[in-house]
Amino acid sequence: MSEITAEQVAHLAYLARIDLSPLEITDLTHDLGQIVDSIAKVSEVATADTPATSHPMPLTNVFRDDIVVPSLTVEQALSGAPDRAGDKFRVPAILDEE
Amino acid sequence: MTYLTKLSAAALSELLVSKQVSAVEATRAHLDHITAVDTDLHAFLHVAADAALNTAAAIDARRAAGERLNPLAGVPIAIKDVLATQDMPTTAGSKILEGWVPPYDATVVARLRAAGLIPLGKTNMDEFAMGSSTEHSAYGVTRNPWDRDRIPGGSGGGSAAAVASFQAPLALGSDTGGSIRQPAAVTGSVGVKPTYGGVSRYGAIALASSLDQVGPVSRTVYDAALLHDVIGGHDPLDSTSLTDSWPSMAAAAQAGLKDGALKGVRVGVIKELSGDGFQAGVTQRFTETLALLVAAGAEITEVSAPNFEYAVAAYYLILPAEASSNLARFDSVRFGIRVNPETGSLTSEHVMSATREAGFGAEVKRRIILGTYALSAGYYDAYYGSAQKVRTLIQRDFAAAFSQVDVLVSPSAPTTAFKFGEKLADPMAMYINDVTTIPANLAGVPGMSIPIGLAPEDGLPVGLQIMAPAKADARLYTVGAAIEQLLEARWGHTMLSQAPALTPTEMFASEEGAV
Repeated sequence: MSEITAEQVAHLAYLARIDLSPLEITDLTHDLGQIVDSIAKVSEVATADTPATSHPMPLTNVFRDDIVVPSLTVEQALSGAPDRAGDKFRVPAILDEE
Repeated sequence: MTYLTKLSAAALSELLVSKQVSAVEATRAHLDHITAVDTDLHAFLHVAADAALNTAAAIDARRAAGERLNPLAGVPIAIKDVLATQDMPTTAGSKILEGWVPPYDATVVARLRAAGLIPLGKTNMDEFAMGSSTEHSAYGVTRNPWDRDRIPGGSGGGSAAAVASFQAPLALGSDTGGSIRQPAAVTGSVGVKPTYGGVSRYGAIALASSLDQVGPVSRTVYDAALLHDVIGGHDPLDSTSLTDSWPSMAAAAQAGLKDGALKGVRVGVIKELSGDGFQAGVTQRFTETLALLVAAGAEITEVSAPNFEYAVAAYYLILPAEASSNLARFDSVRFGIRVNPETGSLTSEHVMSATREAGFGAEVKRRIILGTYALSAGYYDAYYGSAQKVRTLIQRDFAAAFSQVDVLVSPSAPTTAFKFGEKLADPMAMYINDVTTIPANLAGVPGMSIPIGLAPEDGLPVGLQIMAPAKADARLYTVGAAIEQLLEARWGHTMLSQAPALTPTEMFASEEGAV
């Protein structure tokens, strides 16, 4: 079995910005342990001399001409926002008061 | 007008072009059928009836005025809810995007509209395309038209069920690890994952950017080819879009209908994608299809792809890693819902965390956490780094195989459609279901699923997967159309004409002798 702990899952949830409930953490600890056991076998064949592939069809230097093209209007850009203030996205406080 | 829903897109196109049927009539027939059967099946999350009829009327007016239109102008189409549509909600099956109407169209949607196809609505899917059964949609399951107690596949179960139940002749799907091909297999329809970069991803809500590919869903190989020709080709808005010029897929499909189209075609059977774990009826229909290929002059060779054994493991590291990064954009600021935490201070960080807790379903959370783990310092090399190396090995397996054969074949899925709930409790059981389809995504090569019969033990559809080298998508259409023609000649009917009639349409179906 892998060494996934509830504390680890809680930390991962914090990093991923998801407020998991204690029950979800318990379930995910179990699931993650099982999944990691199954997928750890990738290291069996991944030898040091095998290059990594990040992209199926390698492309490099995708450029376009530096010309102005129409983009979203302010109204369009804000149309899906849960909150706005004039022409801007309104966000909750960035810094905690503590 | 119910017969209009039974026609292929190609056949409907002929009636439209010759003005025997109007686009409004064709659209209304499909909308009526949706009303009759979709309350039960739930293939659609949104139906845009008024907009569809207005679009159809405009097409009729242009055609009446003598304007030269794409042959598919006036043909209705369903769109997977992962694709941005500026006149319809786009949720990707997630609560976090409930009600979101994007300010722009995905390139593939813009191309459909430019060709005059009629968008009927948005189809159901596993949340953010994470799943193989459509059970992970936040808006309820889609039922398989062949058996209402079974899954329609996933993630694109809605698109596959829509075409299989004659609610639309065409649909768009997206395929990250089999989400077009596996639903096609279990619903008796056709689905194609094009070469990575062959179809634009602009406006497709990203799951795993190096694996995602948009593609056609249909009832015939030729229809899929017609749709592929509309949506494919370079898009400057997608930096991974290939700049190649592509041959006509429709012409390639037609070439497959000629006598001797399979003569001398070298077909590789992948040793690792057969045997243990494959349902008996799936193996039986697959073996019979190989015999049919031999009789048609194809050369069958067994090829080995030893690293495919590691494909599922690599995929479930690469996909969650990319997904955890892509889904970071759901931050409750620019789009989607915002949920305030019940306790604690109302900072951006806390609001984001509360929103994601409320907005994401269990499978999405599972994969984000898994991806975050795979990318963590200390684990990165062992997991994500190794998975990327496995990706190289799988590409090498494909290269070795394609040095010997023209196309590779396997069953599209290890089993026929399973029952709701059967694999929900065990994530790995669900994941392993994609063992046949995942290698193509890891390597970027194109794949197609076509129906090859019903499994004797359960009477449910079985699919054949055909894969070709990268950029050789046309080869899939030639070989796929040839096999489809051979099978239909042997059966004396199409696959989907054998699907059980859905209750409200029973009387029409029996009148037409379709059952």
